[in-house]
This record gives sequence, C-alpha cells and structure tokens, in this order.
Amino acid sequence: MSNKDAYWEKTKNHMFVTLALWAFFSLVIFMFGSELNTMSFLGYPLAYYMTAQGSLLAFVIILFWTANKQEKIDEEHGFSERGDD
Amino acid sequence: MFKGDFIKNLPKIYGTYTGGFLVFIILMAIAEQAGVSAKNIGVMFVAFTVLIYAAIGYLSRTINVDAYYVAGRQVPTVFNGMATAADWMSGASFVALAGGVYFGGYTYMAFLVGWTGGYVLVATLMAPYLRKFGCYTVPDFIGTRYGGNLVRACSVFVLFIASFTYVTAQINATGTIASRALGIPFEAGVWVGLISILICSMLGGMRAVTWTQVAQYIVLIIAYLIPVFWISSNVGGGIFPHLMLGDEVARLGELEQQFGLVKNSAADMKAAGVPGGLKYISGSHSGVPEGGMAVWKYLSLAICMMVGTASLPHILMRYFTTPSVRAARKSVAWSLFFIFLLYSSAPMLATLSKLALMDPNLPTGIIGKSISEVQSIEWVQRWSEVKQVFIADFNGDGILQLNEWFMRGDVVVLATPEVAGLPFVISGLVFAGGMAAAMSTADGLVLAISNALSHDIYYKIIDPKADTAKRLLVARVLLVIIGAAGAYIASFRLTSILGSVAWAFDFAMSGLFFPLVLGVWWKRATRQGAIAGIIAGIVSGTLYLTWVFPKFSVPMWGGVNTPFLGIDHLRFGLIGAPICLVVMVVVSLMTKAPSPSVQKMVDDTRIPTGKPILGKQ
Repeated sequence: MSNKDAYWEKTKNHMFVTLALWAFFSLVIFMFGSELNTMSFLGYPLAYYMTAQGSLLAFVIILFWTANKQEKIDEEHGFSERGDD
Repeated sequence: MFKGDFIKNLPKIYGTYTGGFLVFIILMAIAEQAGVSAKNIGVMFVAFTVLIYAAIGYLSRTINVDAYYVAGRQVPTVFNGMATAADWMSGASFVALAGGVYFGGYTYMAFLVGWTGGYVLVATLMAPYLRKFGCYTVPDFIGTRYGGNLVRACSVFVLFIASFTYVTAQINATGTIASRALGIPFEAGVWVGLISILICSMLGGMRAVTWTQVAQYIVLIIAYLIPVFWISSNVGGGIFPHLMLGDEVARLGELEQQFGLVKNSAADMKAAGVPGGLKYISGSHSGVPEGGMAVWKYLSLAICMMVGTASLPHILMRYFTTPSVRAARKSVAWSLFFIFLLYSSAPMLATLSKLALMDPNLPTGIIGKSISEVQSIEWVQRWSEVKQVFIADFNGDGILQLNEWFMRGDVVVLATPEVAGLPFVISGLVFAGGMAAAMSTADGLVLAISNALSHDIYYKIIDPKADTAKRLLVARVLLVIIGAAGAYIASFRLTSILGSVAWAFDFAMSGLFFPLVLGVWWKRATRQGAIAGIIAGIVSGTLYLTWVFPKFSVPMWGGVNTPFLGIDHLRFGLIGAPICLVVMVVVSLMTKAPSPSVQKMVDDTRIPTGKPILGKQ
C-alpha cells in the first residue's frame, strides 16, 4: 500500500470515529430523552441540559479534537503543511 | 491600512474596535442619564455601527479577483471563525431563537442541536477538501470535479433556490430592525437595510464581507450576552446563568403544572381576534414529550438542519478564505465555538424571561393576575399598540391564564431587558446587535448568489475570455440586482409565500449534500450520476413540499395532505436527499467510471499538501 493510500485509510477511519461521536451526541441520546430526563446534571433535567447546552459543547470539543488528531495523521505521513496560519 | 502587515495587526485592530464599542455603550448610558430620549439612543446605536461597517467595506475595496472571491485566502483561523459565526447567525437567530425556545420548549430545541451539529459534518466531510481544491464557489467545485457546464449550472440552480429563500428573510429582518430603531416605515427600512448591505460588500467582495462580519460578530455577541447576564442577576438567576438555572427550570415545571398547558382551538383564537404570528405557551419547557412519533419529530428536524448546514454554500465558501487546509479545519472548530456562545445563551434567556412572566411570586409576574391589572402595565400597553402582545380572556374569569397570553417570539429578546428593569441603553444595544446579525447573514448570502452567477455562469459558461475588470464589473452588477430583488420581495411583504428559513436547509440538502460529499469520498461518482442526482433530489424535494404544505397543496393537489411518516414542510429534505443519493449512486454505476485524470484530481484533493487543483483563476 502506498503512503497516500495508507494516509487515506487512516483519514477515513478517523472520519468514521468522528461521525460516530457526532451521531451519539446529536441523535442517539435524544432517542432516550424521557429516560435521560429522570436524571439530573447541574440541577437541570439531563435531556433538557443536553439539548440546551451539553451536546452543543460536545460538538465544539469534538471539532477541536478531530482537527488536532487529523494534523497528527498528516504529520505521520509527511502531508503536514508548513505553518502559515 | 489593509496592506502589508494588516493581518498581523488584526488582534490589535479588532481589540481597539471592541474597546471603542464598549466606550460608545458607556457614552450612551451617560447620555440616557442626561436625558437623551430612548428613540435617539436607538438611532445612534444603529447609525454608529452601520457607519463603521460601511467604512470597513470601503477600506476593503479591491480590483483583484482573488481578493474579491476568496479574500486573498489569508484570513486567519480565529477571525474566519468569527466571520463564519456572524455569517451563520441571522437576524432570526438573534431575535427569534430565544422566542422559539420560550414557546416551543424542549421540542423546539432540536433546532439548537441541528444548527450546531452540522458543523461536525462540515469539518469532517467538506471544508478541508474544498479548501484544498482551491475553488472560488461551491458550484466551481462541482463543475470541475464532475466536469461540464450542465452539472455546474444545476448546482448554481440549487444554490440560487436555497440562498434566495434565506436572503429575503434576512433583508426583511434588517428592514424590521431599521424601521423600529430609526422610526421610519418598514418599506423604507428595507431599502436602508439593503444599501447598508451593499456598501459592505460591493466594493470589496469577500474581503470586505469578511472584515465587516468580524466587526458585526463582536457587536452581536456583546449585544446578546450583556443583557442575558444582567437580566439573570436582576431576577435572581445568579451571575452565571448557564450553570445556575437548574432551580429555575424546575420551578417552570411546577408552574406549568399549576397553570396547566392548554391547547387553544383555532376557532377560539380566530373569534378572539388574536393577531397573526403571535404565539402562546402550549408545550413543556424541559419535559420530553412521550411517544415514538415525538422522538422521530425531534430527530428528523435535527437531521435536516445538520445536513442542510453542511450544504449551505454561503457557509462552505467561508472556508475557502483560510491560508491552508489545516487552518480550514481549525477554523470550523472556532466558528462553532463562537456560535456556541450565543446558542447556549438563548435557552437561558428564554428560561429567565418565561419565569419573569410566569412566576406570581416575582414582581414582574403577570400570569394568574387580573387582566385589567396586567393591561395597565406600561410595557404591555406599548407592545400591545404595535400588536406584538395580545390578551384574550377565553374563559371570561378576568384572570390571565397561561393560554390567554399571546406574544410574538421576537418580544422575548426585544422586551425582556425592559421587563426586567434594565436601562434603555441595553435595548438600543440589542437593536444594534439584531441589525449586525441580519446584515452579516444577508451580506454572505447575496455574495454567495452573485459570485456563483458571475463566476460559474458568466465567466465559466458564457464568456471565458472576459478580463478581470469585466468579471468584477459583472460580479458587482449582479450583487446589486440580487440585493434589489430580495429587497423588492421583502418590501412587499411577499415573504410569507417563501415560507420558513428552514426551507433553505432542506433545498440545499436535497440538491447539494451528496454531490459534494461523494465528489470527495467516492471516486466512482460520475458526471451523469451527479446531474441525475441533483435534479432528482431537488425536484422530488420540491414536489413533496408542494404536496405537504397546505398553501401549495390546495391549489396544486386539490386538498390538504397528511405528512408521510411525520415529514412535514420543515423536513422535506428527508425526501429529497435520499432520492438524490440513490439516483446518483445508481446512475454513476451504470455509466463509465471517471477518467484517470479525474481520479487523480480526487486523490490530490484528499491530501493537504501540494498545489491546489484550481489555482488563481
């Protein structure tokens, strides 16, 4: 397998992991809204908290994490751009 | 000023700007104490900020194609994040989001998840690859990747429908705010709004829009957060509402029990003469509605908004302006962070505002009091006069019940500062923020449409030999025409025929999502597949919309139809996008695989280093 193919393989897997996390926080937890709402977080019912704030925050964290991870993959395969940003 | 080390000086420039704006707010507060009328403070807030945007627009003028279309690809990560956040958060987000949560509660908050979660799709599936590609517009990518004028024209068509649906609502919002703040008729307000929008974009294209959007973000976020924190500490919600409103949310649940959530019949509301567009609380604030259908309604709305976000050209094109692929990825994260600051505050504002009106123990509470008493409150009188609030005594007991209080969603943001006893300077600030939000989104949309028409239709299809001066002239003329067309429709209040802003998301996801994703992620996708997919997606989605939306279905299909599987007019992308995917895959597999040169182009798109596919054009 060429370096390019190996790089793309890793990038693809990373994409699937990111989308799995995304699906968990955007869809899966809200399938169980009524159950979650019986628990509480910071005094808020949990499902309410997630839709008002929690999932939004999770997306922000996922995005920073995924960008950093992808940069590491770039570096490993020598596709890292010189710092110009 | 915009030469040389301008980019290095950005933090200093915008830091000074932010400081200057804060000083301006303090000056206005002093002016209010000194007896300047509330109306004049509103005028000064809007006029001052709009003049600054116009100055930035003028200073960013350019005769360079790269600067006009993609801001010279030198916008740093964090600043591009701010610009995207302003581009994204519309007048509707600013004035109506908290109102939506106020009335819709948990069910409505599917929008919050949808309008933020979409950025994960943008970052993983699209933005870095489109940046590497080096295109000027979204149809530029589709046209080059699949090859040919037909597929390019199809994607411009989808972009036009989606963005135009959105832009009239934005110009409408600028008009509303300008007319209220400046005290001029709505029709005049629309044209004032349009001129402000054009000054910010016409001379400098994407470069001017970028730097004004950063300035607009700073104004809008200050204007949103100051009132939220201030109201919260005024009504006893604590100084940091995001972490401290648990008890308030629980209290709202108790009050809902006490007053009861009653659904009014349409006939009752008509008989009482409730003005159009006003709403009442009928859903639980934090309670999750029971049943599989309710869950599906929540999820399907979130899916449409997320996938739609990842297909909206005016957002995607913001990531064409970063210096590198890596910067594009990081920039998506920063965008969402800046959006999060406002979106996570909207439910808190809704909670505070709802509690202020509902809790009989608070001095501001009105529900459960006698109607004559409520009608004598000053702010109720003022907003009743302009038909923004309304009281209907359905049961005739002279006591205001929860279902008898009607209000327009915007009032939550526009009037809560007043209700909670904040000085008028805050209301002036809110006007300036709403104006910034509406203008920044309108700018981005008008530019997305006119760039696609000038670059993809005029330059790439009609006259590929046109020189730079001619191309930029055409781009600017189209910008004015598109803006004027949007303002014309808005000024005649024809916006109701264009329906909801959510439609823009559904149109975009029906016709653009899969052609964009598969263009990068599936080498086997062919031109014929893309053309068939775009057409099938947008046509099926639009037909379904006409079938399910009563205003269209009665004349076209002869009656009102029950939505299929709960897919109503807000969710028609769930019909269009899957059809687009299936047609695109089937047709691609039936046609010859793309040539080796196209396959190599896709390979090059996938790695961050190396030359962009499209260089300077």
